[in-house]
Amino acid sequence: MSEYLGEYKAVYKAKSACGDILGKAQDGGIVTSMFAYALEAGIIDGAIVAGPGAEPYKPEPMIATTIEELLAARGTKYSISPNMSLIKEATRSYGLDKIGIVGTPCQIQAVRKAQLYPIGLRDVPDKIALAIGIFCMENFPYQGLYQMVEDHCATKIDNVTKMDIGKGKFTVYTERGAHAEIPLKVTHKYEQPACHVCLDYVANMADISTGSVGTPDGWSTVMVRSKAGEAAFQKAVDAGWIVAESMDGVKPGLELVEKLAKTKIDNNRAYLEHRKHEGTLLKPLRSPYI
Amino acid sequence: MGLLDKLKSLLFGKEAVREGKQDAKPGAKPADEAIVEKPVEQPVAAKPAEDKVEQVEQKHIIQKPKEEKPVADKITVGHVHMSGCTGCLVSLADNYEGLLTILDKYADLVYCLTLADVRHIPEMDVALVEGSVCINDECSMEEILETRERAKIVVALGGCACYGNTTRFCRGGQQNQPQHEGFVPIGDLIKVDVYIPACAPTPQQIRNVCLMAYLLLKGNDEQKALATAYLTPLMNLAAAGTEACGCDLMTEVINQGLCMGCGSCAAACTVRAITMQYGKPQVERDLCIKCGACYAQCPRSFFSFDVCGQYESITELIGEVMKP
Ligand code: SF4
Ligand code: SF4
Repeated sequence: MSEYLGEYKAVYKAKSACGDILGKAQDGGIVTSMFAYALEAGIIDGAIVAGPGAEPYKPEPMIATTIEELLAARGTKYSISPNMSLIKEATRSYGLDKIGIVGTPCQIQAVRKAQLYPIGLRDVPDKIALAIGIFCMENFPYQGLYQMVEDHCATKIDNVTKMDIGKGKFTVYTERGAHAEIPLKVTHKYEQPACHVCLDYVANMADISTGSVGTPDGWSTVMVRSKAGEAAFQKAVDAGWIVAESMDGVKPGLELVEKLAKTKIDNNRAYLEHRKHEGTLLKPLRSPYI
Repeated sequence: MGLLDKLKSLLFGKEAVREGKQDAKPGAKPADEAIVEKPVEQPVAAKPAEDKVEQVEQKHIIQKPKEEKPVADKITVGHVHMSGCTGCLVSLADNYEGLLTILDKYADLVYCLTLADVRHIPEMDVALVEGSVCINDECSMEEILETRERAKIVVALGGCACYGNTTRFCRGGQQNQPQHEGFVPIGDLIKVDVYIPACAPTPQQIRNVCLMAYLLLKGNDEQKALATAYLTPLMNLAAAGTEACGCDLMTEVINQGLCMGCGSCAAACTVRAITMQYGKPQVERDLCIKCGACYAQCPRSFFSFDVCGQYESITELIGEVMKP
């Protein structure tokens, strides 16, 4: 238990043991291989994931019920995919009884609220079998991303083959080998405003949370949190779908994860405080937290 | 976690207390234990005294569930039918065997025109009021006031009672009471304690509110605390007013810079008025029936870390207490 990282049972350095999943994944390919294993083992009968949309780099939620469909959806997304929008449909036209869902920390909060307060989500609460959360500092809405690519990088988004955030830069690569980069500083104003009230970095309420921060390239940090998460992850490792090693001595390790979590949460707490505009505004801006 | 363990101990007896202690927070106050033990021992001690000695062997199996029975008193619940379609009541009944468990262990249904033969609104702990109130109908006006007088907790069950819902669109002229044209949510006439929005409210949400109301009225201090934490957002909704619309997503979430594009609202809408467009909900306002489900489902309308953070234990607990 940590103030910033939430409760967890164990933490690992892990990656997918399947070559074809690792191939396209940016880091350890944990989400795809966990769901692939869970489908295979009957832990879930479908997963809500971010798939490719009609426009380039605009993810759309989709329900994958086969490993092929999962593979078609893999890869990091830079803008948010409203995965919760399919949570009821998954139990209706798809007839799923055991749903897997992946999401950012805020989406995992939405999952848990849906389970405890299923106000408009009849028969959904007991059908969520595996919720995987992704570490998340903030997200870009699609139009923000578009602005960064088309305007700041002067590149047509249709021609972009790859985007990358790292080392203080946002970089786009095109088909013809050109690349353009801008300092991350420039991108901040395009972040989704609602990300700045978010008080969760590592998806504290997920069954399993994962992200690339803390482990070397090609690996992911995996935090196992709930009973369901623990059981599924252990089985995936035992069945040889995922390689997991101890985090002991791994650099930069959990320390960096905690540091980033603290930065995000402290900043956002301060922003929530600021939103009250104590003494200046007639009415404080609303806080969702009670 | 300590809170839930204590809750389990009350509901399941001593076994659970021991089990629970293992993962109880180290900081849990031992003083609280005394509060917990008491209600557990009463029914256990009381039962055998009534039984004839020679029947003990046989009775053991039959009595077992009774020994685990939480507490002797149930709460009393009534369903008050105003201008609604009975869909909310059907939703309550759609807990299937869960409804029987609730009626068996936690609540007596003391009033329900559809299911029980009681004609007048009695005193009760919890009134689940379905439907809005027709102000042109004297009987309805009287009964809603009586409900407030005679119920400790008034729950607006469903979109019509909370927000008017489809009855907002009524303009009279319908057969066989064409003069009935004014319909208002119950909160415009009486003080309402808890809202359960949506058309129809879900069986699981109704179940959760019933269980929490039970704990609020019959539990010890700690259970009351859990129930209060759980019910607070639904009480806040009741305090916030009687108007709802898909527009709330705009005015209270997006306009306030709080929408992170999860899509819960779109999933919650019964009439599929909401689609996600470029990461934000787009409400087809002509389709919206003003049920209030989308806003209440939104994690950025209200979110309690205390309650949602314990989703695992609360879910397990609900599963256990709902066992027949
Ligand atoms: S549920 Fe709330 S946060 Fe999620 S998309 Fe709808 S309005 Fe936005
Ligand atoms: S948009 Fe849908 S869920 Fe929201 S109030 Fe209207 S009908 Fe209800």
